[in-house]
Amino acid sequence: MQERQENYTCAALAKARFCRNDPFMIQHATPEPLTMFDKIWMRHRVLEREDGQVLLYVDRHFIHDGTAPAFEMLRKRGVAPRAPERIFATPDHYVPTDTREADEIANAEYRGMVESLERNTAEHGIRHFGLTDGGQGIVHVIGPEAGLSQPGMLLVCGDSHTSTHGALGALAFGIGMTEVAHVLATQCLWQRRPRTMRITVEGTLGFGVTAKDVILHIIATIGTAGATGYVIEYAGSAIRGLSMEGRLTLCNMSIEAGARAGMVAPDEKTFAYLADRPYAPKGTEWDAALARWRALPSDPGAQFDLEVMIDAASIAPMVTWGNSPQDAVPADGTIPDPMTTEDPGRRQAMEDCFAYMGLQAGMPVAELRMDRVFIGSCTNGRIEDLRAAAGIAQGGKVAPGVTAWVVPGSAQVKRQAEAEGLDAIFKSAGFEWREAGCSMCLGTNGEIGKPGQRIASTSNRNFRGRQGAGVRTHLMSPEMAAAAALAGHVVDVRHVKGAR
Amino acid sequence: MEPFISLRSNAVPLVQDNIDTDQIIPARFLARPRDDDHGINFFRDLRFDAEGNEVSDFPLNQPAWRQARIILGGRNFACGSSRENAVWALHGWGARAVIAPSFGDIFAINSVKNGVLPVILPAEAVSALTAASIAEPEAEIAIDLPEQTVTGPDGTVYRFEIDPFAKRSLLEGLDELAFTMTHEEDIAAFERRFGRDNF
Repeated sequence: MQERQENYTCAALAKARFCRNDPFMIQHATPEPLTMFDKIWMRHRVLEREDGQVLLYVDRHFIHDGTAPAFEMLRKRGVAPRAPERIFATPDHYVPTDTREADEIANAEYRGMVESLERNTAEHGIRHFGLTDGGQGIVHVIGPEAGLSQPGMLLVCGDSHTSTHGALGALAFGIGMTEVAHVLATQCLWQRRPRTMRITVEGTLGFGVTAKDVILHIIATIGTAGATGYVIEYAGSAIRGLSMEGRLTLCNMSIEAGARAGMVAPDEKTFAYLADRPYAPKGTEWDAALARWRALPSDPGAQFDLEVMIDAASIAPMVTWGNSPQDAVPADGTIPDPMTTEDPGRRQAMEDCFAYMGLQAGMPVAELRMDRVFIGSCTNGRIEDLRAAAGIAQGGKVAPGVTAWVVPGSAQVKRQAEAEGLDAIFKSAGFEWREAGCSMCLGTNGEIGKPGQRIASTSNRNFRGRQGAGVRTHLMSPEMAAAAALAGHVVDVRHVKGAR
Repeated sequence: MEPFISLRSNAVPLVQDNIDTDQIIPARFLARPRDDDHGINFFRDLRFDAEGNEVSDFPLNQPAWRQARIILGGRNFACGSSRENAVWALHGWGARAVIAPSFGDIFAINSVKNGVLPVILPAEAVSALTAASIAEPEAEIAIDLPEQTVTGPDGTVYRFEIDPFAKRSLLEGLDELAFTMTHEEDIAAFERRFGRDNF
């Protein structure tokens, strides 16, 4: 972090208060340069209270198969969803990845969650991308994929990785179940204006360095609470150089730095990505949308409350060793030594973590031997992730004793991968090719590891017990995970055939 | 929602930094209905071993702290997953307030919506309260929300800041949804202006 600015009271916002309830006047009446966040925030402001609470209107509300309690809260009040046409549903948390038949889910609680989503959406006329619908998938994969997530929108979902959708230039964040019920009933949400942070990554990413490595590097740099209370805008040439899917990976893990949301300014890549997607605007509506979207990026001179600068060339392929996403080191690095930490609390926490994770200070990361590999999740379950992993897997064999899964992020990703022959590459290398869902990212569907197992995972959280009680999770990119599957241990992807 | 005005209780320290909501309630319990007793699964895998026996040295299992209604947390308490079940479990276990140097953003919001007060105090203040609680597990801490103060066992008074809307919600036990619905006219007017093109 090179510079710190505290400009919490934005003069532009104070002035805009006079234009309350008119989202269109605000932009004309305000000469101050605005951030993209400010523009989206103001546009969705229904009203603002004296105490600073703002009622925001929600463009899109994504719901998944964990939403049953929110519908129950509404039912108890006799209230129906206010704007069912703005709500989109898909089962992801509780669905099995070895079948598409809901009635084959053995666990009655999990089956109940999947069935209740189907029932609740049917009752209220909400579009439901069901298990046998070609559009099912992880909610944060299908939103962008269907063209539902668009620049300038305010999107919420009862899941912390909703920050993913910010990659399209939207303001997107996760909410709790009571808030989900509130949005269902009112299409609105009370918020206090968060602070803004710009993370600028300048330069060219090195060989073998992916968006996953960029975000792991950022979290290791600013800490897992480094962005708490902030909305992050990612900027700079290295970010602009990322594909849309890379930007989705990047924004996905904003919450792992504590951020309310993460976003990237829309550009020609964004528009090309969105064009012709099922829910993207068409014809003259597309032209009008484009004009709006081009005005979204932060104005030159816009003030952020905090600026962070990162040199792209300093980022290596990363692997996490601990139980927080901030515990990441380069793939050719070593496990840190707790004794070099001055804070006694931190030292004790590291020692506890070492005991859980089965680590010794100073051991090379390359000596971490894997029992399982999981390629998938809303972080890295998109088609480019699978192409990259297949590039490594091609012609190789999963190491003896390693179980490796590939779980596409959506049914559409699965079809596309199969059309490209990626499934054949994975299967012939000894990977299991499965159906779409959240799966082992958090194991809500029962797909977990056994105590003591070490898992190379492309997901977002290495929390203790996250992938099963006693399981040791190491986060990394799809390329790194595929390479670990073949070698049976962590390898620096920069030295692996098929890397790019 | 049950209002929160003031509270006097001893406090149980769970002060490791970055405790995530996966620790507070493991994912395998998330499919349980809202009205279930989630308290039994509060810190389930740290409180109980694989056979279901209590882990004797875990703070929540200490006899003196079983009835505590205040939790002393570390930095970034309850980060990670947005699962509101974490608050339901905390509430079900019996706690009504958490005092920590900082919180996971979504957890703090969820807390207020369930009548649980998140108090942010400087790390040194939390350390002092923790030391006092470890030295004397029965020692009581008083929280006064109208005054925005925490009073330690030794009489030290710490003032805390809280969002005015959150404060009001907690004091009144506000039904936020019913409150928002009083603004139905504003929402409808917004929708008319916002229109179809913003779809």
